[in-house]
Amino acid sequence: MSLSDKELKEIAYLARINIDENSFPSLKGELDEILGLFEKLNSANTDGVEAMSHPLNLSQPTRKDEVTEINQREKMQESAPLVQSGLFLVPKVIEGEN
Amino acid sequence: MINKNQWEAVIGLEIHVQLSTNSKLFSGASTNFGASPNTQACNIDLAMPGVLPVLNEEVLRMAIKLGIALNAEINSPTSFARKNYFYPDSPKGYQISQMDKPIVENGHLDIELEDGSTKRIGVTRAHLEEDAGKSLHEDFEGQSGIDLNRAGTPLIEIVSEPEISSPEEAVSYLKSIHSIIRYLNISDGNMAEGSMRCDANVSVRKVGETELGTRTETKNVNSFRFVEKAIHYEINRQINEIESGNTIAQETRLYDSQKNTTRPMRSKEFANDYRYFPEPDLLPVILDEEFINSVKETMPELPNEKKIRLMEVYKLSEYDSSLLAADKDLANFFEEVTKESNSPKLSANWIMGEFLAELNKENLSIVESKVSAKQLGVLIRRIEDSTISGKIAKEVFEKMWASSKDTDDIISEQGLQQVTDLSEIEKMVEEVINKNPDQLEKYLSGKDRLFGFFVGQVMKASQGKANPKQVNDILKSKLEK
Amino acid sequence: MELHELTLKQQLDGLRESSFSSVELTQEYLKRIKSKDPSINSFITVTEELALKQANEADDRYSKGKALTLDGIPIAHKDIFCTEDVLTTCGSKMLSNFKAPYSSTVVSKLFDQGVVMLGKTNMDEFAMGSSNETSFFGEVKNPWDLNYVPGGSSGGSAACVAARLASAATATDTGGSIRQPAALCGLTGIKPTYGRVSRYGMIAFASSLDQGGVLARTAEDAALLLSDMSGHDPKDSTSLNIEVPDYPKEINNDISGLKIGLPKEFFEQEMPDYVRKSTEEAIEVYKDLGATIEEISFPNIDLSLPVYYVLAPAECSANLSRYDGVRYGFRCEEPKSLEDLYMRTRSEGFGSEVKRRILIGTYALSAGYYDAYYLKAQKCRRLIANDFTEAFKSVDMILSPTTPGTSFKTGEKKNDPIDMYLQDIFTIPANLAGLPGISFPCGSYNGLPLGLQLVGNSLEEGKLLSAAHHFQKVTNWHKESPEL
Repeated sequence: MSLSDKELKEIAYLARINIDENSFPSLKGELDEILGLFEKLNSANTDGVEAMSHPLNLSQPTRKDEVTEINQREKMQESAPLVQSGLFLVPKVIEGEN
Repeated sequence: MINKNQWEAVIGLEIHVQLSTNSKLFSGASTNFGASPNTQACNIDLAMPGVLPVLNEEVLRMAIKLGIALNAEINSPTSFARKNYFYPDSPKGYQISQMDKPIVENGHLDIELEDGSTKRIGVTRAHLEEDAGKSLHEDFEGQSGIDLNRAGTPLIEIVSEPEISSPEEAVSYLKSIHSIIRYLNISDGNMAEGSMRCDANVSVRKVGETELGTRTETKNVNSFRFVEKAIHYEINRQINEIESGNTIAQETRLYDSQKNTTRPMRSKEFANDYRYFPEPDLLPVILDEEFINSVKETMPELPNEKKIRLMEVYKLSEYDSSLLAADKDLANFFEEVTKESNSPKLSANWIMGEFLAELNKENLSIVESKVSAKQLGVLIRRIEDSTISGKIAKEVFEKMWASSKDTDDIISEQGLQQVTDLSEIEKMVEEVINKNPDQLEKYLSGKDRLFGFFVGQVMKASQGKANPKQVNDILKSKLEK
Repeated sequence: MELHELTLKQQLDGLRESSFSSVELTQEYLKRIKSKDPSINSFITVTEELALKQANEADDRYSKGKALTLDGIPIAHKDIFCTEDVLTTCGSKMLSNFKAPYSSTVVSKLFDQGVVMLGKTNMDEFAMGSSNETSFFGEVKNPWDLNYVPGGSSGGSAACVAARLASAATATDTGGSIRQPAALCGLTGIKPTYGRVSRYGMIAFASSLDQGGVLARTAEDAALLLSDMSGHDPKDSTSLNIEVPDYPKEINNDISGLKIGLPKEFFEQEMPDYVRKSTEEAIEVYKDLGATIEEISFPNIDLSLPVYYVLAPAECSANLSRYDGVRYGFRCEEPKSLEDLYMRTRSEGFGSEVKRRILIGTYALSAGYYDAYYLKAQKCRRLIANDFTEAFKSVDMILSPTTPGTSFKTGEKKNDPIDMYLQDIFTIPANLAGLPGISFPCGSYNGLPLGLQLVGNSLEEGKLLSAAHHFQKVTNWHKESPEL
């Protein structure tokens, strides 16, 4: 199994990670090597085996519908890169773009 | 020339309903609307490093109620999944939603069509998910401000089968869902504030074809009227495209309510790979029978049940019952009114007539009404016991609306009681006859039409307060002498 | 004996008997950190002021006879645990300026028992690594030989305890990040059952695998600390609502008759002779202690690495999406657009191993590959868990080397991810099944320590600690310390 250049570019975009031209081939090589490791999975017979997404076989607990949090905006925004009037600022979001 | 009759539309709706909990789906922050930016966004809502979600039990109850109302199956276990995408109003970079095992599945809803018949629309699923925050675009040069107060508010997304055939049916379906969520008290359903939002999947095909056409998803059509208009527009656009030899692109479109058009949203072709996978911070939720039964016990009467009861108990017509039952508050108001009044029919007429007209004029909801159900009930009783005439009642109603005073106080303060004292009416009748010798002569010589003139004059003299039936009777006997 | 040479247990006894004060003990560690840590780099942040304040408060409680269970014991916290108002970096540039606005449950619980925080320890970036070379704050050196790595990802925690710069340290383990550095630094490290220790405030790498635990000098010390860290937390939905046993008491339980399984497939893996030899010697020790040894089969061991390197990156690819430069942490300079903000913040803020794993995880979850990779790996995960279930029908715990060898030189494996990943071949299965595992010193080679791993059945960390404690009563490997 190996990645095509196009696939690598697409997953990099999905993950919002830039890969610069210079490191592209070496990164692709490393990823291919890791994907090579996955080949072993094909050898396992998993017919009828239930997927295991979690080590605990328990039911999700719940909490009561109560407001327990108070406003801590100032504290929560202490490490914020850019804030104005209590809002986090980002470069303009264009409506309809995603 | 396009022959629209050759085409049929296939429509499915995805309705997002904000559940009216006190706290968020996975955090203890408040869900109140309209707070100062980011004051209701706790560390969990802000996706601080290390935080974990904890599920709000009330949300499960609300979803189960909806499932029961939609005649659907409740899945147990039901599980959560992560839907991955980057957007500044989605602080984790993923939304906790449901994929494989939504809490509600395989339901249906019977909607009423314009001709009075009903149609069954399948509900594919309803799943729980988190709402996003808001991006504010004004006031910041080249920047947007992110407010995460809404982030994490519980939503239930109700997905219909593509079994809706017209914009009118779509509105009827949407109104039925709206009515149900209000009856269940799981959401205020306020479309203007965004507590109910609708996306429409629309495709068209030639009548008789079985294959579905390519569909588009029109997002954020946020009023009943816009749903109708947007779907209308989209159907016509698709027919026109195909008729002119073009193909329909499978895409997401935005409705522009000012121009009444839809336009495609910009996106990279592969950008919508959401990479759903089971949320490892939450375990599958087991909804045991005991829990589901405890929810069943809290089920209120539903719109259709209410309608049937209104017909049976109050002997109202199906039309009246259906109108009243469509809105829980309206139906409740009606039942409150009838506790004071005796005639359900007269009460229904008053509520759907003067009462709603006045509310609409001032753009108020039923709970904001300036006249209480009790006040209106007493007013109707005063018509029934002939204290006032229907005409005077309208006057009283207007005064009541303006002053919030009670019916009887207004009637007595303003001396609006109907005159039912026979001698007083007789006196007025005699005066009118004496004042109009010419008309009397003409009447007596055979001009029967003038009878109405005399009635009018007597009513005028009584300032509308004389009982019309008594006036008639007395006039008749006097004139025939 | 100097105070830093004492074990946590001995220090606790000393504090209770007023042989010395917590302030004295804390000051000694702070002094040692100042003089020794520049060459080791095990701390990212030293919280001197807070430590002395906490030590003073502890001394005050001792004087009033109101001492808490671990009152005045100075330890270090892995910089993956959020600490209110204190820098919490997770070893990343992305959080290099992040002061957590709240504390993790682990830290709060230990604060509540009077534990003194000396500082926050260095680690592989977002806990991704086995050598502590991926930290934005520089490599951590192995105190046994500064040319060697301390292991990872809890390399800072391991190095500081090995160098006697802290009495013990908290750590986390997703695929071996407690046990492997314990082995490489000559320490006792326990990763409890998944759900035993709250994950609230522990920065997530792979949520279904991450578990907090302890790096300490002895099993006895680990038992003391783990007792106070464990327990149900309503803020973590995956936290077990089961009473925590008294580990310090349980370690003394008799182990004669203990059934230890040797999975033959583990020993078929490539490993140097000195590893086999130390392991065999350790097995002899257990025989002498009255344990019975039984060969068992663990047929799916070969699937562990691929399963782990599909599932952990898949979960991490989502867990790390929140680092976007919007609400906290690093943001790139002058972003030109929203997309530019995301792209550059994440490309500049994450190191290469983290990016590699995010990309792999994104790929494993993407349309068209989900079934072949993610779903298939989840099914294989079940096969591995079944191997354990089968094994625990006949034995109490499973013994193996912790790592395929002693520590390796800094830079040796840095550019060979697969070789690095093989470090965790013996430790990963326990994470996949959510089972407790412990590593403790069982030998050395060329002056570098070696570790022995025991994996127990669910919630049997008491048994593991007891098995390790009895081993340590008759061996001296855990008493050795590096010369600095």
